[in-house]
Amino acid sequence: MSAAGRTWIRVGCLAAMLPWLGSDSRAQDLFVGDLMDHRISITAGFTGTDVFIYGAKDGPGDVVVVLRGPSVDYAVRRKERIVGIWLNTDRVDFQAVPSFYAVASSKPLDEVMSPAAQAREEIGVARLKMVPAGGGSASDVVPFADALVRVKQSTGLYQGDVATISFNHKPLFSGKVHFPANVPTGSYDVKVLLLRDGEVVGAQTIPLQISKGGADAWVYERAHDQSAAYGLCAIAGALLLGWAAHLVFRKI
Amino acid sequence: MQIYLPIAEISLNILLLLGIGTAVGFLSGMFGVGGGFLLTPILIFIGVPPPIAVATQANQVVGSSVSGLFAHWSKDNVDFKMGSVLLAGGFIGSTVGVVLFGILKRIGQIDLVINLAYVILLTSVGALMLFESLRAILRMRWRAGMPRKLHQHTWVHGLPLKMRFRRSRLYISALLPLGLGFVIGVLSAIMGVGGAFLMVPAMIYLLGMPTRIVVGTSLFQTIFVTANVTFLQSVQNHTVDIILAFVLLVGGVVGAQIGGRVGARLRVEILRVLLALLVLALGLRLSSDLIVTPAELYSLAPVGGGQ
Repeated sequence: MSAAGRTWIRVGCLAAMLPWLGSDSRAQDLFVGDLMDHRISITAGFTGTDVFIYGAKDGPGDVVVVLRGPSVDYAVRRKERIVGIWLNTDRVDFQAVPSFYAVASSKPLDEVMSPAAQAREEIGVARLKMVPAGGGSASDVVPFADALVRVKQSTGLYQGDVATISFNHKPLFSGKVHFPANVPTGSYDVKVLLLRDGEVVGAQTIPLQISKGGADAWVYERAHDQSAAYGLCAIAGALLLGWAAHLVFRKI
Repeated sequence: MQIYLPIAEISLNILLLLGIGTAVGFLSGMFGVGGGFLLTPILIFIGVPPPIAVATQANQVVGSSVSGLFAHWSKDNVDFKMGSVLLAGGFIGSTVGVVLFGILKRIGQIDLVINLAYVILLTSVGALMLFESLRAILRMRWRAGMPRKLHQHTWVHGLPLKMRFRRSRLYISALLPLGLGFVIGVLSAIMGVGGAFLMVPAMIYLLGMPTRIVVGTSLFQTIFVTANVTFLQSVQNHTVDIILAFVLLVGGVVGAQIGGRVGARLRVEILRVLLALLVLALGLRLSSDLIVTPAELYSLAPVGGGQ
């Protein structure tokens, strides 16, 4: 069955529960969201995947979903032309930068969320805080911070304000965010926000785990944790393949 | 059909990789050149990060040299004593090279150094090869069978630590093959090549070894030096992609066998001109990456753990 098909079965179950949930005294605050998959496994042939988000809300309002990947320290290097050749010269490090960041919303972000609320919740690629390691004057650092965002956007790892949340079957909502093939592994936080009059009135955080799976994960872990054995295996495998080729072709 | 390469962390088409491996193997079998210096730039073009392309290539060369060595060994075309002295230099050189590789990677200059080394290598080897093969074609037409002077006495023979190499019929200073091995070892670590393009002419013209045993002896040294590079790169830099190496190797050994058979039947002198042009083209293409203003002046790399 397709992932989208399974989504709608789950959404259907949620819808069936709505009247019952609705008997709660804070009925108008009812707001639930969830992910189709809480685990994504990167295996051989992985070319990227879509993560499906679905949920239900009672009453008016718009939905904004923020996906944030594990924090990583990045070195941003700038190239300069020296004797005719482009080479890396200046470097600025940034601490605890999200390795992946995407915002999906039911309407363009600025229409559903006030600038003040966006700033408070740090929502949107432009509002991500870039903290340079070891200080440095702000004006020197800005082009490097901008470049970090630009490079991330060009590789699909930062996605700003994609209006992919839809209310096809009110009060249910669903949407998806695309993870490209180069998606970083680790623990993700998915925040689902309900907005009314530009302010956040409901929020929910859902964990998402992205890990290497299958034989690839095994190879990757061996390469990092048992690197000596890995190196010896690489040599032995190459020797065996070369020897096998010699045996096979000697007969022909 | 895509295959995910766990260390390079990209997906590539497995048929494309097998095809590249076979094509480069075919060329190396036909012309008796190692494929490393062709394969690494091609891997970089298709998106493999340069440090991983280089280290993985060293692993691939281990395998592709083995079948070649067996063929030369069975014809008794290997000088093991000379090979061992070359190897001693090669071990020191490749160990120094891998340490250097790690330092360059940390300061963010490894991509530049790999690129620059390949530009110099490809353009000079391509130009030499073109020159040599054009000369060979001309000589073939006009001065067929001119004998080359067998032995010349130069400064090389004045060096200390003389050693007798029976198989090579030489009595020369051990410092020469040791130094040659060292240089090849450093190149092997930084560029992932076996180094035959440099070693074979140096063995013939600098050491004065008989041409017949040169290739077998250099293959003997290559296997151990590239194995050392593979091991040290795995341990220190985690840059060897075993899956990529083995896929390339499967294509490479098959291609080399076919290439060897085709090459034995054809007059390869004219084809060698084409190879020289291909090598030159690769070198120019790589140099354009260094000279043309890049679309993005900034680059991003995680700091510390992981790569």
